[in-house]
Amino acid sequence: MNGGFWRRLLALTRKEVKQLLRDRSNLMMGIALPAVLILIFGYGLSFDVKNAPVAVVMEDHSVTANDMIAGLRLSPYLAPTVVNSMHDAERLMLDRKVDAILRLPSDFSRRLGQGDAHAQLILHGSDANTARTIAGYVQSALAQSTVLQGDRSGASPGATVGSVYLEQRLWFNEANTSTWFLVPGLIVLITTLVGAFLTALVMAREWERGTLEALFVTPVRPLEILLAKIIPYFGVGMIGLLMCLLAARFLFDVPIYGSLWLILLVSVFYLFVALGIGLLISAVTKNQFTASQLALVTSFMPALMLSGFIYDLRNMPLAVQVVGRILPATHYMEVLKSLFLAGNLWPVILKNCVILIGYAVVVLAAARLKTRKLIE
Amino acid sequence: MNAMLAFLRRVANLCRKELQVILKDPASRVLLFVPALLQSLMFGYAATLDLREAPYALLDQDHGPAAVQLIAKVEGSGVFRRVATLDNESDIAPIVDASKVLFVLHIAPRFEQRLSAGEATPVQLILDARNSTTAGTAAGYLGDIVTRFNGDWRQSHGGGTAPLTVDVRAWYNPNLETRWFMMSSMIAVLSMLQTLMLTALSVAREREQGTFDQLLVTPCTPAEIMIGKSVPSIFVGLVQSTLILLIATLWFHIPMAGSLVTLYTGLLCFTVACVGIGLAISALAVNMQQAMLYTFVLMMPLVLLSGMTTPIANMPAAMQWLTVINPARYAIHLVQRVYLEGVGLGTVVGDIVPLLIIATVTLPFSAWLFRHRLV
Repeated sequence: MNGGFWRRLLALTRKEVKQLLRDRSNLMMGIALPAVLILIFGYGLSFDVKNAPVAVVMEDHSVTANDMIAGLRLSPYLAPTVVNSMHDAERLMLDRKVDAILRLPSDFSRRLGQGDAHAQLILHGSDANTARTIAGYVQSALAQSTVLQGDRSGASPGATVGSVYLEQRLWFNEANTSTWFLVPGLIVLITTLVGAFLTALVMAREWERGTLEALFVTPVRPLEILLAKIIPYFGVGMIGLLMCLLAARFLFDVPIYGSLWLILLVSVFYLFVALGIGLLISAVTKNQFTASQLALVTSFMPALMLSGFIYDLRNMPLAVQVVGRILPATHYMEVLKSLFLAGNLWPVILKNCVILIGYAVVVLAAARLKTRKLIE
Repeated sequence: MNAMLAFLRRVANLCRKELQVILKDPASRVLLFVPALLQSLMFGYAATLDLREAPYALLDQDHGPAAVQLIAKVEGSGVFRRVATLDNESDIAPIVDASKVLFVLHIAPRFEQRLSAGEATPVQLILDARNSTTAGTAAGYLGDIVTRFNGDWRQSHGGGTAPLTVDVRAWYNPNLETRWFMMSSMIAVLSMLQTLMLTALSVAREREQGTFDQLLVTPCTPAEIMIGKSVPSIFVGLVQSTLILLIATLWFHIPMAGSLVTLYTGLLCFTVACVGIGLAISALAVNMQQAMLYTFVLMMPLVLLSGMTTPIANMPAAMQWLTVINPARYAIHLVQRVYLEGVGLGTVVGDIVPLLIIATVTLPFSAWLFRHRLV
């Protein structure tokens, strides 16, 4: 009895592995796509604005105004170009050659002496996030120049009046680079892709083409069929995960403060959840096209959008937040980000591990229930 | 003339057949529109980098009136919501570690005293930068608040107004909402996903089910079959764009600045380019599974490197060069310029020409591929 189980499982697993290796599109999805994604996320995607073109209109040609602009030039984030008139600047902005216009009016330095100067900053708002980042950089560069200006002229306008400044500390990401949080997120994405999308597709194909029926007439049990599917795709998922970990460590120098073993362990839990979702979707739909769309909409898109990968869940409306909190990907994301950037924070790890294990048990059981040796 | 008519009739018949294939199955009918609807709402609501009631914790060790004033400014901004009030510095680490708050604002003892003595007084801001973008945005908002506080403080303590005020104004998106950017990008991107998938699958499905051979024995030429396969996909793609356009204007109230004619001219060129790519995939794929996987493998880089997730200008030079062959890049640029900036057809020629080039390369290429697989 027991021996039969292992023999059948082994035979089925060998079949699945062969099937997986025979079609190069599977391997493209399992190996090539993660590699491409790693490169894109590591090198291509970045929220960090650098050398943003800014047109500067100087209606005041005094030394003071020039000093202010020199301050802008020192910023690594901005690339100011001085243009002759507001008209020219607007031209550049309309052609989207510059992202912002800074205008220093003709009475700028006179009023700065009186402590009441105004500068105008016009942003190209199409890309709201970039616009806001640029505004921040321009303002802080100008504020710095103003302080220097005050020091130089001897009497700062507010010398006797105190002022508050922010002493900023970035925890968990001292380098302030988006790569650090994009790469752990990428692992979630790739695991979801391989686990849910690829598995749903492959299994749905068997349902659609009736090759599962052929298996049903053999002595194998549904559990063995499912296990034999899980094993090779689990392997593919782990390869993707290892590629990500290696790239994170050696290519992108993302620090891994937590334990590597814990990262692997939670990844195994999540991979089971994803595989379970894939198997469940295919067993419910039994159709390749529907399965692929459903897998995209229920697992991949939410993992990208609602898991806190790029967009912070806390900024979303409550209803969307609730949906996000329900998703297993969100919990995996939370624990991964912490393990990478913060270290072994046990409360975070334990809470999310329990949730992930719970999900894995539920979806795998549901997939088992839905996979019956019945022909409808 | 007769030959021309016969050609048109055959193409029209093929188009009808294709549309019926797409629309006949209730499941696939639902799948044409529900995912697009869900995704555009999801992106519209979720894809925001704007802070909204961001949770923070306060550690006020001064309790003076100045500190209270500063805190009132933070709370009154409507951006932040205090979820905890700490008593000790040792409380900071646990609450940040557990991701309960985005930042801790720490006002040290002697804050009031130092401020009144005319010193530059620090307020410590401890940010959870596991998501560096959100952290940066929060720091920006707080910087504004502190600047305003300083202005008021200076004024009420005889120092006059702030030495320099920067008046910020944004064109095309006055409140700088991420959603405006996202939704306009989605008009192009979601229809691309659907068009690619549909075209790639249409031939692969026939091949897998063996009906492709039947098509070949009809009087239709391969070119006609190809046109018959493309037109319905183009149609569905444009319908999807329209759907998202409607959601953007009617549901999210994002004002459409440009002309519909310009927008649809651009979208048509874009969809044709996508169909060209989709057909090339379906010529290469042996079965539906391969077609789907190839589409997906191609789609990810096309979307990610289109400028939608992060700006192209932030990418390294080599990656920026790669995006030159990405139709989504031109389409997003075009839609944004027409939708948000309201530019005319003459201005977006720079985006339309590359799309047409992509179409004129991919369409004959896939025709060639078909021929070489079929014959």
